[in-house]
Amino acid sequence: MSIRKLIGFGLLVVLAAAATRAQAQNINAAGATFPYPIYSKWFDEYHKLHPKVQINYQSIGSGGGIRQVLDKTVDFGASDGPMTDEQLQQAGFKILHFPTVLGGAVPSYNIPGVSAELKFTPEALAGIFLGKVSKWNDPAIAGANPGVKLPAEDIVVIHRSDGSGTTYIWTDYLSKVSEEWHTKVGRNTSVNWPVGLGGKGNEGVAGLIKQTPYSLGYVELIYAIQNNLPYGLVKNASGGFVKASLAGVSAAAAGGAKSMPDDFRVSITNAAGKDAYPISSFTWLLIPAQIQDAAKKAAIKDFLAWMLTAGQQFCEPLAYAKLPQEVVAKEQKAVALIQ
Amino acid sequence: MTLRLFWRKSVNALMLSLTGLCALVAVSVLFFILGYLVYHGGRDVNWDFFTKLPKPVGETGGGMANAIVGSGKLLLLAALFGIPVGLLGGIYLAEFGGRAVPFVVRYTADLLNGVPSIVIGIFAYAVMVLPVHHFSTLAGGFALGVMMIPIVLRSTEQFLYAVPRSMREGAMALGASKWRTISSVVLPAASRGILTAALLALARVAGETAPLLFTAFGNRFWSPGWSQPIASLPVMIFTYAVGPYEDWHEQAWAAGLVLLGLVLITNIVVRSVLSRGASPHRS
Amino acid sequence: MATANTTANAAGLPWRPRALIRRARSGDEIARLITLAFALVVVLLAVLLVEQLWINSAESRRHFGLAFLWSRTWDPVFNQFGALPFVYGTLVTSALGLLIAVPLGLGAAIFLAELAPRRLSDSLTFLIDLLAAVPSVIYGLLGVFILVPLMRTPIQPALKRTLGFTALFQGPAYGIGLLTAGLVLAVMIVPFIISVSREVLLAVPSDQREAALALGATRWEATWKAVVPYARTGIMGSIFLALARALGETMAVTMVIGNNPRISASLFSPGYSIAAVLANEFSEATGNLYLSALIELGLVLFLLTFVLNGLARLLILLTTSRGSTVHT
Repeated sequence: MSIRKLIGFGLLVVLAAAATRAQAQNINAAGATFPYPIYSKWFDEYHKLHPKVQINYQSIGSGGGIRQVLDKTVDFGASDGPMTDEQLQQAGFKILHFPTVLGGAVPSYNIPGVSAELKFTPEALAGIFLGKVSKWNDPAIAGANPGVKLPAEDIVVIHRSDGSGTTYIWTDYLSKVSEEWHTKVGRNTSVNWPVGLGGKGNEGVAGLIKQTPYSLGYVELIYAIQNNLPYGLVKNASGGFVKASLAGVSAAAAGGAKSMPDDFRVSITNAAGKDAYPISSFTWLLIPAQIQDAAKKAAIKDFLAWMLTAGQQFCEPLAYAKLPQEVVAKEQKAVALIQ
Repeated sequence: MTLRLFWRKSVNALMLSLTGLCALVAVSVLFFILGYLVYHGGRDVNWDFFTKLPKPVGETGGGMANAIVGSGKLLLLAALFGIPVGLLGGIYLAEFGGRAVPFVVRYTADLLNGVPSIVIGIFAYAVMVLPVHHFSTLAGGFALGVMMIPIVLRSTEQFLYAVPRSMREGAMALGASKWRTISSVVLPAASRGILTAALLALARVAGETAPLLFTAFGNRFWSPGWSQPIASLPVMIFTYAVGPYEDWHEQAWAAGLVLLGLVLITNIVVRSVLSRGASPHRS
Repeated sequence: MATANTTANAAGLPWRPRALIRRARSGDEIARLITLAFALVVVLLAVLLVEQLWINSAESRRHFGLAFLWSRTWDPVFNQFGALPFVYGTLVTSALGLLIAVPLGLGAAIFLAELAPRRLSDSLTFLIDLLAAVPSVIYGLLGVFILVPLMRTPIQPALKRTLGFTALFQGPAYGIGLLTAGLVLAVMIVPFIISVSREVLLAVPSDQREAALALGATRWEATWKAVVPYARTGIMGSIFLALARALGETMAVTMVIGNNPRISASLFSPGYSIAAVLANEFSEATGNLYLSALIELGLVLFLLTFVLNGLARLLILLTTSRGSTVHT
């Protein structure tokens, strides 16, 4: 008898605790791993400023972000690849894109004994990921890196196993620079990779690169920096080899910012400009245009306003480029569209 | 001694040692796992681990307090759903059932038991998440509860059968109704076995990751109430282990040690109690 | 005469017998109905599960038909989906796991059931049952941090040097891949083989063993020639059970298999299993056909494990419930 009473009492305590905690405003979001470092920083900082608001972001990949927004199982999503027209139509309700930061995807590698910074041409990168360039000392790579002793080892290609906006950015770039890639594989958050191992999230790919000798994979810039992974320079559309950096990414965005469409969906890979880093991209928050819950709507709108102003200061320390001013202005107007 | 006999005796000795070696290898795997986790995880199990929330990506420190509480909440729900269904269903099978219904129930319980946990996760997603457009602790608890039911059901049935008929007949001879007999005499006699089976089932689902991936989802903060996504130890271990940050790896080891410790301690205690109680119950 | 009256009076109860029995019966009836309802909940859940799998995979089944099962392409961009790479990966890793676990497990089971002294056998069995309780994600953890580097540096190159002439051990040594996944599975299913085989061996009637010993057999000969063949079907059952368990194993496999839907003869190459692809791609499949194809994969896995489990139980039942009928 007494045990039953104890259990009942315990349940009451737990339920009471659960009820009191329910005062907090809980917003659930999911999506891209590409901006996960800056998003987790933002949501943490915002939570410090507004202790009642908890934005729980799960980095499950851009594909997941899109899907969960479509299923309405999260309050908003995040993706590095803008939603396609078909996906938007599939939604049945209006979804707005809000660019948050700019980032770059870098070819990161792990070659024991080689500490030099490698230069990659578009042909080399396409060839590697198509499986045609299979050894590190292949002329396609060696040609751009005279003076570097490359080993005659197989390249272990590493890509994403989950639906990823970083994949979208990477395949978008490859589709632009390689006709064969465009017809054979295409651009999407999840593709049929000709070769390679799959890692889950940017975190998983970075982890695999770190642990696998002679590997090459693509990750967002901050993941390469935070994990001390060497990453190479890429030849851009104007012919120069550019290493991914805030300046290079911002240069790539400059052209795109001026011609930014109203729905903010734009691709800036392989941009013109001698300083432009060719594998750059915006990353977006996917927010439904209509939010029923008034408190949630207010919190999300407030967060967006904060993100566009005070939030941008956290970008550069984490190796993300700030949004261009024109884009910020345009977005601030667009926030009003959320009803 | 003939050559043939010598040969046979040598083979006998050889096979004795070989099979003994197999058993030793199997057991040493356990000690290896335990030892390695203690060595690696032991270094990082500190007070922070149990009390702090996870830090933003790339920053060191933080802990898994929310995941530990999360696993606790999920297991509470799983028990609330799985134990009553399994217990009462098992009572029906052992005490009331005829031929057809118990056969069907046992068959489907075995079926559920054999379903891979990821498929159960998909099932829970389809019935608990999609209709309400919400990942939730409830959905995760449901998935784990479904996994507990077959275990509790079969164990209840077994332990009830093991209660001697004489006890039942004695009670009924005193005029007790069937239900009185069950509730006052048979159940208490089988209670130790049933309780231990329920605890074993709980320990089993405590370590399940796959069903939680699309139901409880995950949460970097505390999860209030029961209808929000929630963090759990197994999912945190998975996320941190496949990530690149050293700090994450260390936390994954620590979490692994805590999880394994809880599961093993439960198993050891429960199984010792069970094996000691195997002797006939004094009336 | 009414026997009910006699029973009640014998107990010396003051209430009228018929009323008492009526009350008792209705209480019983309610109890019976309630427990029946809960028992049927189990059936309901199972039916619901199969129904959900069936309905939600309808689009994919309609689109691809049976060819889904032997189609090699898994392409979300062009909406081409086929199950073969995953079925291949699942079967290969499970087969590898069995290949390693069965001799080891059977040997240990024979030792524990027949050859070891009772107390040693009991304590070792206890420990092995504990091994069965270790969560899958812990095996994954150890696989990623211990087994994969081990495979990558000493083991796989060594295999390549010695057995590299066969198609099985060619290609670059990633550490991650089918072989590693098979090894992890082996460690995970060994406890099941041991515990079920041990039960089955213990269930063999002792006259089998004693007859052999009486004829002058050594302990090993008695075991191997008289007991084990008798328990053969049950041991097969334990193997099927372990196989069913291996097929559905998710976390440990997805952490070490490489996650690439490729069919390659080499065991060093990365692969993909049904459970792993579900874990990775389920929460992010955009597009109804994509999701439906994934659920169809789940249906395939479910059917595979269902059939295997059924067979396993049948075989084990045949052995353990047998009396002392002579085995041919």
